[in-house]
Amino acid sequence: MLMSIAIAAGIMGAIGVFSAAFLGVAGKVFAIVRDPKVDELEEALVGANCGACGYSGCAAAAQAVVEGRAKVNVCLLGGAETAERAAEVMGVDVTAEETPVATLGCNYGVDNAHLLFDYRGIKDCRAAAMVLGGGKVCAMGCLGLGTCVRACNFGALRLGDNGLPVVDKDKCIACGACEASCPKGIIKLSSTQLRIAHQQESTECLAPCEATCPAQIDIPLYIRSIAEGDYRQAITTIKEHNPFPLVCGRVCPHPCEAACRRGDHDEPIAINPLKRFAADYEMNLNERILPNRAPSTGKKIAVVGSGPSGLTCAYYLSARGHEVKVFEAMPKPGGMLRYGIPDYRLPQSVLDWEIGGVEAMGVEIQCNTALGKDISLEQLEEEYDAVYLAMGAWKSRAMRIEGEDDYPEIESGIAFLEKLAKGERPELGDEVVIVGGGNTAMDCARSSLRLGAANVYLLYRRSRAEMPAAVHEVNDGEFEGIQYHFLSAPIRAVGTDNSLRSLEFQRMRLEDHGGRPKPVPIEGDIGNMKVTNLIAAIGQGPDLTALGTMVDATKWETVLTEIGTCQTNREKTFAGGDFARGGATVVEGVRDGRDGARAIHLFLNGEDMNVPENYLAKPPKFTGVKGGFEVLPTDTPRVEVPVIEKSERVSTFAEVEITLNEEQAKQEAARCLQCGEVCFKGHRGKRS
Amino acid sequence: MTEYLLLFISAVFVNNILLAQFLGNCPFIGVSNKVSTALGMAMAVVFVITISSMFTWMSVKYLLIPLELEYLQTIAFILIIATLVQFVEIFIQKVSPTLFRTLGIYLPLITTNCAVLGVSIINIRNEYDFMHTLVHSFSAAVGFGLALVLFAGIRERHALCDIPKPLRGTSLALITAGLLALTFSAFKGLL
Ligand SMILES: Cc1cc2nc3c(=O)[nH]c(=O)nc-3n(C[C@H](O)[C@H](O)[C@H](O)COP(=O)(O)OP(=O)(O)OC[C@H]3O[C@@H](n4cnc5c(N)ncnc54)[C@H](O)[C@@H]3O)c2cc1C
Ligand code: SF4
Ligand code: SF4
Repeated sequence: MLMSIAIAAGIMGAIGVFSAAFLGVAGKVFAIVRDPKVDELEEALVGANCGACGYSGCAAAAQAVVEGRAKVNVCLLGGAETAERAAEVMGVDVTAEETPVATLGCNYGVDNAHLLFDYRGIKDCRAAAMVLGGGKVCAMGCLGLGTCVRACNFGALRLGDNGLPVVDKDKCIACGACEASCPKGIIKLSSTQLRIAHQQESTECLAPCEATCPAQIDIPLYIRSIAEGDYRQAITTIKEHNPFPLVCGRVCPHPCEAACRRGDHDEPIAINPLKRFAADYEMNLNERILPNRAPSTGKKIAVVGSGPSGLTCAYYLSARGHEVKVFEAMPKPGGMLRYGIPDYRLPQSVLDWEIGGVEAMGVEIQCNTALGKDISLEQLEEEYDAVYLAMGAWKSRAMRIEGEDDYPEIESGIAFLEKLAKGERPELGDEVVIVGGGNTAMDCARSSLRLGAANVYLLYRRSRAEMPAAVHEVNDGEFEGIQYHFLSAPIRAVGTDNSLRSLEFQRMRLEDHGGRPKPVPIEGDIGNMKVTNLIAAIGQGPDLTALGTMVDATKWETVLTEIGTCQTNREKTFAGGDFARGGATVVEGVRDGRDGARAIHLFLNGEDMNVPENYLAKPPKFTGVKGGFEVLPTDTPRVEVPVIEKSERVSTFAEVEITLNEEQAKQEAARCLQCGEVCFKGHRGKRS
Repeated sequence: MTEYLLLFISAVFVNNILLAQFLGNCPFIGVSNKVSTALGMAMAVVFVITISSMFTWMSVKYLLIPLELEYLQTIAFILIIATLVQFVEIFIQKVSPTLFRTLGIYLPLITTNCAVLGVSIINIRNEYDFMHTLVHSFSAAVGFGLALVLFAGIRERHALCDIPKPLRGTSLALITAGLLALTFSAFKGLL
């Protein structure tokens, strides 16, 4: 008896020892090399192996963090405390880590949405989505049956009165369960870092204004924030897509206002003056409202050119934790904002504050350093992980007329404006003639008036309707006293003793060829006018000489880049703004800057930087207001932007337009319809 | 050959390890919320059951019977299976990280899966030879997988239904499992 117990125990013991030895040897033979950090990190995590983070256990989560696939705040169970310990192991600063929050992409509850049919089936969004995509007309409409609410294990969601889920931001721990459960992809995790890298997609609900804004600013949100008096939120929203709100609020041609849905019924919302209001609020507060900076990544990026495009790229790269240095040829940063656009539209003190914001984001700007002279592209590619070129369009096009180079009184528009920007106040004669019809020509003409010229003429070869300058600029200029000569092109500058006397010009007529009308000379109809100063402002293009043949160019002598990523033919080099577009606008430069920053960030992380599948390269067509709904008129019309007295306007370079006051801003913001793609608020009537 | 085929069909449908013998019920309820995870679990189970029953069969044949220690069978099997699963985990982690990522999470769960032990014991009780053991274990595991995936598919559809409150969750899962077992019992007449 004893014997058989002993044998049994012995055998079992032997099997046990053998198994242990076997596993021990196997463990050695098949050992995989592990980063000691992984073990250390695993210690730091809670150790519950709950899988809430989406990884198979704490060890896998630790591995992911070490490999950079996950953030130190990966552990949902452990919360802030665990994140701090993990951050310590990884040597990063946890305070800068921002947790995303679930955010709803549809704002239209039962009262505001256009319904296709009344869904009475199973109370679950996934079931409803199987029936023609649900009961709403809009394909992106929230079905409001609360599948996400039930998916949330942390009680952060509830269904609100209007049938839309409401997020309790404090309870949301960013587990992503709602996002995974929503059959329409309407509820998503969102954070500053995600939003600044976001590119609009055709599958999102976008307001007409928002989809038309080149910078893709969430316009309805910032207008709503202003209406609610939350100016801090307004400026934060704008800066997620455009770090130049003071500048754009003053000089942007605001295509958004042309697309505004209220504009189809009465007058568009004063979107841009509202942006200026929010931006000035920050400046007057004298406090920088900046997004969180992601922990340092140790990557270095060089930006060449400190115009709006270069600085935007630098700003967003810095926000994502990269180290950015901007090289600028001129003595001061700002590009055309400083050396082109005159003070009466954009005071230099305002520009200085705006650039200060970019520097406060951690960007270093080194002036008086030109690419092609002090530094070369090869050198930058060698020393930095990526390069963004935004050298603008600074080469003036010549008029190609007889006598163009013979007289000192003839100069280019940008050379003239640059002098003004440097504080010079050149003496002009009585008869100043500007050639051209764009913004530069308008700025030269209006500046000449302010310098005291008795007569300022503007010669343009097409008619008023074709002028590329902003309409209100042309009207303002006329009001201030510019005399327009349309359908006229210069042909010869005449002078005596090296001094300009007169200008011969050819009268033109327009021929319609479909598209933009073409000016053709009227044979023999030649005019003559007295001239003391002639300013040629017929367009600018980029100067590619500093790069030689290193980057591919288009036939318009601009840098060739990939749409949406701004990458050039050189892998590490990106380009945008006027340098890639030719003479464009500030806000397009800002768009390129942000697109470039997104692409560079992904490139440096070794991720796919292609644009999303449903990338919106152009704003979609909006169908207007659908049946049964009617836009309600408002009590107050669109605000008039206040301006200074005319006498002061033409004698000084003081800023012409004045910021809206708080009351005006709130009243104007209340006019906004808070549009989506199909639905909007502020309507009368419902589906019949 | 027909014999093996019959063995296969009987193990998969008629004597389904889950629905006829009621072994391995905890993963049946635990990992049947999604078809994709159920599929992963099923694959891991097929893998482990087939390998472990080979080893347990050999241990009985060459160790326990010669030493006349058949009564130690259960305890020895537990040890062997646990060791084996551990080894398999170490091995695939080294050899195929991708396979590890798909099966990895399920392996530790299987260590304590009674179906694994059950299949090994059934092999011995039915006095199968090595080939029969192999085919039977594989088939039983496939049967387990089939039931699991079917069940997960049903539960996925449940998620969309308006279920009375008291029945939600495990209670409905158990009722469904019962009905599914009932359906499988129809295969009884097959052989
Ligand atoms: C007179 C005028 C009025 C305008 N008015 C408006 C307006 O009302 N609204 C609007 O939206 N847009 C307006 N624009 C257009 C707008 O200013 C430009 O589209 C915008 O500034 C382009 O930004 P950018 O960053 O691409 O280039 P830029 O602003 O031109 O900046 C390029 C920078 O690169 C630097 N640089 C150039 N070469 C080198 C080199 N080799 N090495 C180092 N640095 C170099 C330049 O010094 C400059 O600072 C106007 C332009 C002009 C000229
Ligand atoms: S966000 Fe998605 S899941 Fe949530 S209620 Fe709306 S449609 Fe349903
Ligand atoms: S009404 Fe408001 S949301 Fe709609 S297009 Fe105009 S500004 Fe944008």
